[in-house]
Amino acid sequence: MTEALSSPAFAPVTRFAVPGRIAVSNRTAAVWQTATLTEVRRETPYVSTFRFAVPAWQGHLPGQHLMLRLTAEDGYTAQRHYSIASPPEDSGHIELTLDHVEGGEVSGWFHTVAEPGDQVEVRGPLSGFFAWPGDRPALLVGAGSGVVPLMSMVRHHRARGLSVPLRLLVSARGPEELIYARELGAETTPVFTRSAPDGVPVGRMSTAHVAPLLADQPEGGWEAYVCGSNAFAEHASRLLVEAGQPVDRIRIERFG
Amino acid sequence: MNVTRGFTGRPRVNNTGLPPGQYDAGDDWPVLSAEVTPDLSPADWTFRVDGLVEQPHTWDWDEAHALPASAYEGDIHCVTSWSKFGVRFAGVSLDAFLAVARPHGSATHAVAYSHTGYTTNLPLADLTGGQAWIVWEYDGKPLPAEHGGPARLLVPHLYFWKSAKWVAGLTLLDHDEPGFWEQNGYHARGNPWEEQRYSGD
Repeated sequence: MTEALSSPAFAPVTRFAVPGRIAVSNRTAAVWQTATLTEVRRETPYVSTFRFAVPAWQGHLPGQHLMLRLTAEDGYTAQRHYSIASPPEDSGHIELTLDHVEGGEVSGWFHTVAEPGDQVEVRGPLSGFFAWPGDRPALLVGAGSGVVPLMSMVRHHRARGLSVPLRLLVSARGPEELIYARELGAETTPVFTRSAPDGVPVGRMSTAHVAPLLADQPEGGWEAYVCGSNAFAEHASRLLVEAGQPVDRIRIERFG
Repeated sequence: MNVTRGFTGRPRVNNTGLPPGQYDAGDDWPVLSAEVTPDLSPADWTFRVDGLVEQPHTWDWDEAHALPASAYEGDIHCVTSWSKFGVRFAGVSLDAFLAVARPHGSATHAVAYSHTGYTTNLPLADLTGGQAWIVWEYDGKPLPAEHGGPARLLVPHLYFWKSAKWVAGLTLLDHDEPGFWEQNGYHARGNPWEEQRYSGD
């Protein structure tokens, strides 16, 4: 006996955990575009936001990333994936928020050389998996620069005046390292792991932060978006699962 | 060529093992996966080959380990632009599994799927002839869960999203069918030497 002599559309025995959220445009992803740096804003002692004019940018959804390429005079290139910090409403412009990585080939150029007027190349937006179109209640959980794609979602939520529930849990070593601190509002619960303002506890993200949000689910439940280092992503996704969040509604972006 | 003012880059290494657009990650092995790492023990792991084959078969941990051992020592390349040189994996060649299942002549492609439900598509020609493995050891130790342990697919000549973590099976088809990342804009085949990153490449 043989089976499956005809082969209909394939469905795995285990349903994929996390279906993609949107269809992506293959054309825009394949084309390199010139991005002109227009502004650099200091966020924390080690993190800055770089604003670019990209006239032909065809828009993105919060949570998407792009690939960026720098080219040396001898033709050597370096390319990296970066999450987009700005919301889609920022038409013709995109913002990236970059850590100054010790010895970083690309981040080092941004933090020590780049100035307004410089040009780099970008392609994207890429991947529909971590995207949030603003349609479902979103529970955003990030640490360090993992807050970057989540901030695009928060900004989108505000720019559109959306009423769909949105909450942000963000972990930083201390208040001075909390990226976008001035912009964070009532939707945000900061978690400080090393130092905190008077009266605010110090410690890593725990069940105590996650459980109340999952005990008070909006209609339809949360779609969870987790972004940060792999160690943080493992820790935070486990907290969510233990608190009852279904694994097929947890999307993870790991910064390798 | 759009030269970036003031960008010199790392010192050039004349390394012909580095595909275009890649950098050497050195000792780092970044973890990239979209889903929650499953809690999957060797006792719960199974691997199945079905679809257009003469003899669909499911192996458990011990049965898979009873097949002839095979190792890979070489390089791996991730679409996010890191490469890693001289890595050592141990497991069993996929040829040993396919020899049991015996693909039909009409089989041209496969969908690899994971215990999490992750999928990725591959031409059958990329999985045969000593080019692909099921591996459970990395550098002489059990493969860590965050890297796909207890066992993952290994197809080192393609970008690493093809090497499905926590692999659960292969279904052989007579046509190509995009998997998870391929439906999310990534290239159908993913050959690093041709920089097949996104579906327009």
